[in-house]
Amino acid sequence: MYESFVNKALSKWMEGTGDEGDIVISSRIRLARNLSTLPFPHLLNSTDAKKVVTMIHDALQSLQAQEEEKDLVFINLLELQPMERAILVDKHLISPQHADEVAGRGLIVSLDESVSILINEEDHLRIQCLYPGLELEKVWNQASKVDDLFESQLDFAFDEKLGYLTACPTNVGTGMRASVMMHLPALVMTNQASRVLASLTQLGMTVRGLFGEGTEATGNLFQISNQVTLGRSEEEIISNLLVVAKQLIDQERMARHLLLKETKKQLEDQVWRAYGILTHARVISSQEAMSLLSKVRLGTDMGMIKTVSPQTLNEMLVLTRPAFLQKVKGKDISAFERDAQRATIIREKLLTEPLNQ
Amino acid sequence: MYCDECKKKPATVHLTKIINGEKSEVHLCESCAQNHHKEWTFGLDENFPLNKFLAGLLGYDPQSTQPSMNLSFSLPEKCENCGFNYNQMSQIGRFGCNECYEHFKEKVGPLLRRVQGANRHTGKVPHRSGGTIRLEREIQSLRQTLQEYVSREEFEEAARIRDRIREMEKKLGH
Ligand SMILES: [Zn+2]
Ligand SMILES: [Zn+2]
Repeated sequence: MYESFVNKALSKWMEGTGDEGDIVISSRIRLARNLSTLPFPHLLNSTDAKKVVTMIHDALQSLQAQEEEKDLVFINLLELQPMERAILVDKHLISPQHADEVAGRGLIVSLDESVSILINEEDHLRIQCLYPGLELEKVWNQASKVDDLFESQLDFAFDEKLGYLTACPTNVGTGMRASVMMHLPALVMTNQASRVLASLTQLGMTVRGLFGEGTEATGNLFQISNQVTLGRSEEEIISNLLVVAKQLIDQERMARHLLLKETKKQLEDQVWRAYGILTHARVISSQEAMSLLSKVRLGTDMGMIKTVSPQTLNEMLVLTRPAFLQKVKGKDISAFERDAQRATIIREKLLTEPLNQ
Repeated sequence: MYCDECKKKPATVHLTKIINGEKSEVHLCESCAQNHHKEWTFGLDENFPLNKFLAGLLGYDPQSTQPSMNLSFSLPEKCENCGFNYNQMSQIGRFGCNECYEHFKEKVGPLLRRVQGANRHTGKVPHRSGGTIRLEREIQSLRQTLQEYVSREEFEEAARIRDRIREMEKKLGH
């Protein structure tokens, strides 16, 4: 049952559609929930950890018996190879932490991968919804619906004053982390990104690079999320994030406009050079690929390149990750072989795009 | 913080002694404190039982403290539900179970104000574990509606809303 999640690269969030889809790659809501009867995951012995997984699996089954959430699938992570779990990380379905220690943990995923529930990560349940584009309200509605359904089967730890109780006090209250992943190449090129993004921390936002926690964003991709989970309603948190995202979109568009007005030739040159390398390189590192794909994406957004779809670019973000390349080859491959494989996949994808014909 | 002596158990006894103006501190777990009490109870009777000595520090027997010593003792505060104590929590930054929030509530308040800038949830309330809060919020919003009807002098509607509020308050046991 799990094979499809590991074999196909395309998830719902990569569709390249949705509001402001040229700048906002995806919108995500994550809800932390805990069962009221057992200690938090880090204190669970293996018997109780399994009990949590079983209780949540049972809840899913009784929901499905009532014809609810038919497209949710329970995945036993123990049955997956470490490499396959690494792919789920690359697809943003599970956290690296969740892939490393699988005993007593579980995963529930919807067929289009827009909904996933991590069992026994930092909290008993981590409900995640991920949609393409700037669609925070839609994602919140979806996440809240999944939350309601599971809550109809399970008793969640909730305090009238403090809200949803979580393992870490930084999540208590709504238990909600709302985030948007944004592509901001023009802000980076015009040297405004660090100043603009740093100012967001004063507005209660956290900024991260796309893969991992580091500050160095690969491919000009940034994830912006709310810092505070208590004292504000979910709707307030979402509308604050929306305001911030829209401001960033405006600033990015202004920077793009400026680049086009002042340095059109140089911009075109950079975009087409990136396209040239990606369509001809035989060996390419992940870092280089990400940075060139960002330029091609910018060229596509600005109408310079008309043969590449946003979906292909999103898909390549995952396809060119080490774990996925390994999977394609079906065996352990060296870093060099991986870079060669990456170059081949990008070439084929860019040159055989249906838009080309 | 772990015990200075065995480095394994959390330190629950914190001692500060001042000798000739030289200050030294030691943090011990319960059992190491038992073993070391002789060394640390200088100036007191060798046979002075430790628990009485400690009780003195907590203020039950003020005569037993020496003016030259400033000692503090913290009880091994454990959550009754999961057995996790506050020291362990501050080390890993996580609570042990949902009841820890209630058990350590005096510390949770300032902690949340520091990390969250607030200490009251205003968001979603679950249907099952939400208790009466869902009903209370509904009553609150009905009261607002009632005020609006009254101010517009739509008394028939206002009476209808008032009856509904009364009904709901009965459910709450008011
Ligand atoms: Zn000790
Ligand atoms: Zn506890």
